[in-house]
Amino acid sequence: MEQSWQLLTGWGRTAPSLAELVTLPGDEPERFLEALLDEPAGGTVVRGLGRSYGDAAQVAGGRVLSTQRLNRLVRLDGREGVVEVEAGMSLDTLLRHLVPLGWFVPVTPGTRHVTIGGAIASDIHGKNHHVDGGFGSAVRSLRLASPTGVRTLAPGASDAADREAFWATVGGMGLTGVILAATLSLIPVETASIRVDTERANDFDDLLARLESDQSYRYSVAWVDCLARGRQLGRAVLTRGDHARRDELPARLARSPLDFAPRSRLHAPPGAPRGLLNRATVAAFNEAWFRRAPRRELGRIEPLSTFFHPLDGVEGWNRLYGPTGFLQYQLVVPLGTEAVLRRVLERLAESRAASFLAVLKRFGPADPAPLSFPLAGWTLALDLPGGRAGLAPVLDELDELLTAAGGRIYLAKDSRLAPRLLPAQYPRLEEWRAVRQRLDPRNVLCSDLCRRLDLAGHRHPRAAAAAGRARPGPAGAAEASPLPTARGRRAQ
Amino acid sequence: MNDAFGLPQSVLVLGGSSEIGRAIAIQLVERRARLVILAGREGPGLEAAATAVRGAGAAEVATVAWDATDVAGHTRALEATWARHGPIDLVLVAVGVLGDQERLEHDPAAAAAVLTTNFTGPAAALLAVADQLRAQGQGTIVVLSSVAGERVRRSNFVYGSSKAGLDGFCQGLADALAGSGVRLVIVRPGFVRTRMTAGLPGAPLSVEPAAVATAVLRGLASGAPVIWVPGALRAAFVVLRHLPRRVFRLLPG
Ligand SMILES: Cc1cc2nc3c(=O)[nH]c(=O)nc-3n(C[C@H](O)[C@H](O)[C@H](O)COP(=O)(O)OP(=O)(O)OC[C@H]3O[C@@H](n4cnc5c(N)ncnc54)[C@H](O)[C@@H]3O)c2cc1C
Ligand SMILES: NC(=O)c1ccc[n+]([C@@H]2O[C@H](COP(=O)([O-])OP(=O)(O)OC[C@H]3O[C@@H](n4cnc5c(N)ncnc54)[C@H](OP(=O)(O)O)[C@@H]3O)[C@@H](O)[C@H]2O)c1
Repeated sequence: MEQSWQLLTGWGRTAPSLAELVTLPGDEPERFLEALLDEPAGGTVVRGLGRSYGDAAQVAGGRVLSTQRLNRLVRLDGREGVVEVEAGMSLDTLLRHLVPLGWFVPVTPGTRHVTIGGAIASDIHGKNHHVDGGFGSAVRSLRLASPTGVRTLAPGASDAADREAFWATVGGMGLTGVILAATLSLIPVETASIRVDTERANDFDDLLARLESDQSYRYSVAWVDCLARGRQLGRAVLTRGDHARRDELPARLARSPLDFAPRSRLHAPPGAPRGLLNRATVAAFNEAWFRRAPRRELGRIEPLSTFFHPLDGVEGWNRLYGPTGFLQYQLVVPLGTEAVLRRVLERLAESRAASFLAVLKRFGPADPAPLSFPLAGWTLALDLPGGRAGLAPVLDELDELLTAAGGRIYLAKDSRLAPRLLPAQYPRLEEWRAVRQRLDPRNVLCSDLCRRLDLAGHRHPRAAAAAGRARPGPAGAAEASPLPTARGRRAQ
Repeated sequence: MNDAFGLPQSVLVLGGSSEIGRAIAIQLVERRARLVILAGREGPGLEAAATAVRGAGAAEVATVAWDATDVAGHTRALEATWARHGPIDLVLVAVGVLGDQERLEHDPAAAAAVLTTNFTGPAAALLAVADQLRAQGQGTIVVLSSVAGERVRRSNFVYGSSKAGLDGFCQGLADALAGSGVRLVIVRPGFVRTRMTAGLPGAPLSVEPAAVATAVLRGLASGAPVIWVPGALRAAFVVLRHLPRRVFRLLPG
């Protein structure tokens, strides 16, 4: 077991907090239960690869359990397309096992560098949500260590309490316990390629119309130019496709159709200067990107990694935003509230908030998890540079709009939502809290996200208790910290 | 918790009746703060500040009796505050007195009292605050220093030197806190129109307390370690700091 005090942030590198990071050995999953029973005063939370953008996988003054070593493939049923894996395994590793054998993960986010545990805890969605649903829908069962014990949970469990615990854990942001392992249904593939159709949408209405008719594509997403205003508002490039069949591959690829060995080539410079990504550079990027995209191209064959994980090609790209970091704003509004979506795009364009990536997608129906993000509607995600106080009220204003329309913000990306909007955005919050409380009656589990939004609904008695008895600063904390964060560095 | 814009949910103000402190607390309440604890000398000033902060929409406002000069009592007082109200995301140090320079120059005991209120007291309190925040693993300290400490002038050297001391202390403390999840922000206002400066001839570039608050919120988001208010003073002091002494001495005010 390794443990040290570390300054942790999410992928956006905002709001760092210090916690005792504990990496438990992979071969003794019971150690996770022991760790939960230890009840450190500052609370405990589990962390995968830290790809959530905000403060979900950290807990100030508490203990963070890393699943890094919990990363074995337990069992692969190559006939049925079912895999059992430990929760710390990354999608990257899993894909390297699966693709050559003709299987694909049920859902992949925009990066392969997330763990199975993180994927379940955020009930992540991919470009296929409108057809296949979220990650939770593909989980056949999972093993959960919560402070009340270790149990195996499944959506079809005979015991109602187990079914509830299963769905409270899917999308439960690590607050019901540590997922130790999971059994997943896979997608059969003939190749490691995607057959992609690209087309452009000239404006907002055109864009929605095209996305409404995407049931024939398994994967579908649109890249919206957030700086376009007026008549050009909503101008976008749509990329949609499906797994390529073997007979669709060019001869060069057909010889070994299931080859999958993506590599990250470029490294972002470690200390990017502040403001490298400003409005001018982003506008130039958007323009160039738009011009480059073909007006219409059908049947292009692309490697899986290019289609799904383009950003994984640049390692550490999150550092490009400089010391103040960045945030991702991701919302969903229900079908029928397109006017709100349009207003959000207009407001963002007006505020000239530079955005490197703005992705629009139509979600299929919600799954049964009470805290899961997706609902039948439109989801928009964009990256915004941190450090600008003026952006905060703009986002608050958009939150009010979308909350009133029945929409919500994605917790895995959030770093700034007003807590009072949470119950309206997640109307099944109380139901989730009740199940969570059964699994963790002593409120051992807690994260900075949980405290900030009062997710668990008890304003954390533990945090107060911990704060009461000041301990001398953890020895060597500064030396142990891997990334002198934004603030730490600037303060020197 | 502090969010991605550095906005806190709970705030402690040392020098709770300060007009600048009140303006900052109000703006923080208008954003994310729901709990505000005002620590200061009990009296109508503290109550009035509590009423104003409550009026801005704070869910919970508490007042705590606290005297900056009770140096020996800081640790216990702050421990008690944390035990009752912690965790606290942001601590604002707004205590200070200007003093009547002419009188102070011939009243050593009174001059020493100003130094205690402005420097020794806050410095001791800051150490106790830093320990609490370190244990929390996150937090922000905002200290109202002053341009008067940037280069101490003949016309108010008792006050100026107390701020110079506090400012230097805070620079060191900020470095000591690097890597702990706690950050310290130094605010250097110029002339702010409050009761502290009432009756003094107005200086150029003078601002209202709300302007200081706006600058502080901007700094919380940007991660700036030092905030000048107004911002133009930063450039001005690059020059003033390097003026030869015999020239500096001749400057008015
Ligand atoms: C470039 C990029 C693109 C992305 N694209 C998408 C996307 O398209 N769709 C999407 O849905 N998301 C997307 N995300 C977000 C990402 O998929 C989620 O944040 C995911 O949860 C990250 O997994 P992780 O292993 O890094 O988890 P962490 O960030 O470490 O943790 C996230 C949450 O999961 C909990 N958790 C982690 N492991 C476990 C466990 N073993 N048991 C219980 N709880 C656990 C943590 O406590 C925390 O609450 C993207 C992120 C990035 C950086
Ligand atoms: N105004 C300016 O131009 C200016 C410029 C630069 C910096 N500053 C600094 O900004 C801070 C706030 O000043 P302000 O303009 O807001 O003036 P203010 O309203 O007079 O605030 C000063 C505060 O200090 C408190 N205080 C004084 N002695 C104390 C003691 N022994 N114990 C506890 N509290 C004590 C006062 O409380 P009581 O109500 O009990 O007296 C008052 O709340 C000060 O540090 C000041 O030096 C001001």
